[in-house]
Amino acid sequence: MTAPLPVRPPEPPVTGTPATGTPAPKEEHRRPSMLLAPLRQTGQLFALALAVARAIFRRPFQVREFIEQFWFVASVTILPAALVSIPFGAVIALQVGSLTEQLGAQSFTGGASVLAVIQQASPLIVALLIAGAAGSAICADLGSRKIREELDAMEVMGVSPVQRLVVPRVLATMSVAVLLNGLVSVVGTLGGYFFNVIMQGGTPGAYLASFSALAQLPDLYIGELKALIFGFIAGIVAAYRGLHPRGGPKGVGDAVNQSVVITFMLLFAVNMVLTAIYLQIVPPKGG
Amino acid sequence: MGIEVVVEGLTKSFGKQNIWQDVSLTLPAGEVSVMLGPSGTGKTVFLKSVIGLLKPEKGRVLVNGVDMVNSPEKDIMEARKLFGLMFQDGALFGSMSLFDNIAFPLREHTRKKESEIRRIVMERIDIVGLIGAEEKLPGEISGGMRKRAGLARALVLDPQIILCDEPDSGLDPVRTAYLSQLLIDLNAQIDATMLIVTHNLDIAATVPDNMGMLFCRNLVTFGPREVLLTSDTPVVSQFLSGRRQGPIGMSEEKDAATLAAERTVAQGHVPAGPRTVVPQLEPSPGLPVRQGALRRRERVHAMMGQLPEAARAAIRNSYTPTPGGGRP
Repeated sequence: MTAPLPVRPPEPPVTGTPATGTPAPKEEHRRPSMLLAPLRQTGQLFALALAVARAIFRRPFQVREFIEQFWFVASVTILPAALVSIPFGAVIALQVGSLTEQLGAQSFTGGASVLAVIQQASPLIVALLIAGAAGSAICADLGSRKIREELDAMEVMGVSPVQRLVVPRVLATMSVAVLLNGLVSVVGTLGGYFFNVIMQGGTPGAYLASFSALAQLPDLYIGELKALIFGFIAGIVAAYRGLHPRGGPKGVGDAVNQSVVITFMLLFAVNMVLTAIYLQIVPPKGG
Repeated sequence: MGIEVVVEGLTKSFGKQNIWQDVSLTLPAGEVSVMLGPSGTGKTVFLKSVIGLLKPEKGRVLVNGVDMVNSPEKDIMEARKLFGLMFQDGALFGSMSLFDNIAFPLREHTRKKESEIRRIVMERIDIVGLIGAEEKLPGEISGGMRKRAGLARALVLDPQIILCDEPDSGLDPVRTAYLSQLLIDLNAQIDATMLIVTHNLDIAATVPDNMGMLFCRNLVTFGPREVLLTSDTPVVSQFLSGRRQGPIGMSEEKDAATLAAERTVAQGHVPAGPRTVVPQLEPSPGLPVRQGALRRRERVHAMMGQLPEAARAAIRNSYTPTPGGGRP
């Protein structure tokens, strides 16, 4: 019943250094290359994204945790998002207004600046704020739980941290991103209108007319879709870095830092791809 | 009745550093086992491998037909509900009160009513002596209390297998003695298989039915407690007597030159003779007889022939009734 009894080879090797005492068997074929390290990280990130996507549909859904996280994410992002979107809309309106004035196409200022805000600026502002304000908090929270062994304890109790903690957080960042995107679009557009009409002496009628001449509903859809995807990316990256901090408390700090940087880079890359695809498949209205 | 845990050929490395290799042992169902070892020999790593938190490269850990190393994650998650693990520093959830911490497994895995949960949790809190502290946050209590709360949380689902990571660290000797008694009483009550990882000699001498020792990346031995307690293997006897003379050095193992020098210096005053085996703790009066102890008696009887003489004598001694209350 028990392992070989009573005596194993009695003496552990006392001669020689530890290194020669136990030759590491078969160490050659699994030496990780420096070049492959980023690939492994990327793979784990995608694995986590997949695991989260699957766990979203698994019962029981953590309603309470989701509401708490949703409220938290919303409360730290709403005000900064609104405050950032007014000057952002204004800057775009001023810039575009100044350009179109030189070209003699001033009547199209409205359409151009609104499209820029809804398609590009709004989802990016939302995503940057969610990554910066909420993602960093999520990453730090998960990271400190990890180094305090709380996540291990949870797993030992048969509760999956991905389902219990990560899924509600990712869903919270996604839904807040979508809703916040609506807010930022409206506030940004109003800001643009205000600055164009009041500061640059544009005509309200031309602004609105060009708006309906150039903009179409799919522009709004792609904006919301982008916000949804960016929210997902921000949540997943924050959770991934939080679940794998390297070392102690300092590792958590580094993880937060990396999570924000990685999210930003991913956002701009994904945004470029989405924009390129959108422009290919949706015919422009004015053309 | 507890569940047998079979460990076969387990090998774990972190990068190039080998922690231990080819560890094979069986934790007999319902018995208390202790894994000894100097600091840094991978005792905690072993514990985490048994429950599937760490994945060893080779070997398997069989619990109820599930291999905690290689089985699909879903099966492992399910099998973990059989376990209760007491972490070294409690690993409580920092944002929840002690009560919520201890109630967590019940709320996650059962559909009990809140009043029922309160009853069970308060019962466990009472067992570990934390009445009055249940609304405190883990940050507001001492390390010893966190540990006991961690034990209460591990016990709340009536686990079949209880793993304790250094139950004594951060506790004073009196509390350690209480905890030892508590573990034995628990074993008598719920007949769970227990594995305690420690380097506390008092626990090692009085609590377990079986003992093993990890040293120098190997399992030195694993078997009935008497085998280890009477063993004259240098590592074991050095560890159990807490001497400096022997193969264990400050940084795990000594080199040959130091050992040779030690041998010439220490000629003569190395304590000789077999160590005495202190009797094992008995459950508190009023509790049922430990089923594990009865099973162990038969099991050990069957393997008597293979044991060394000193161990056999110690086992025979332990069966003769002593004034302080003998074995059944």
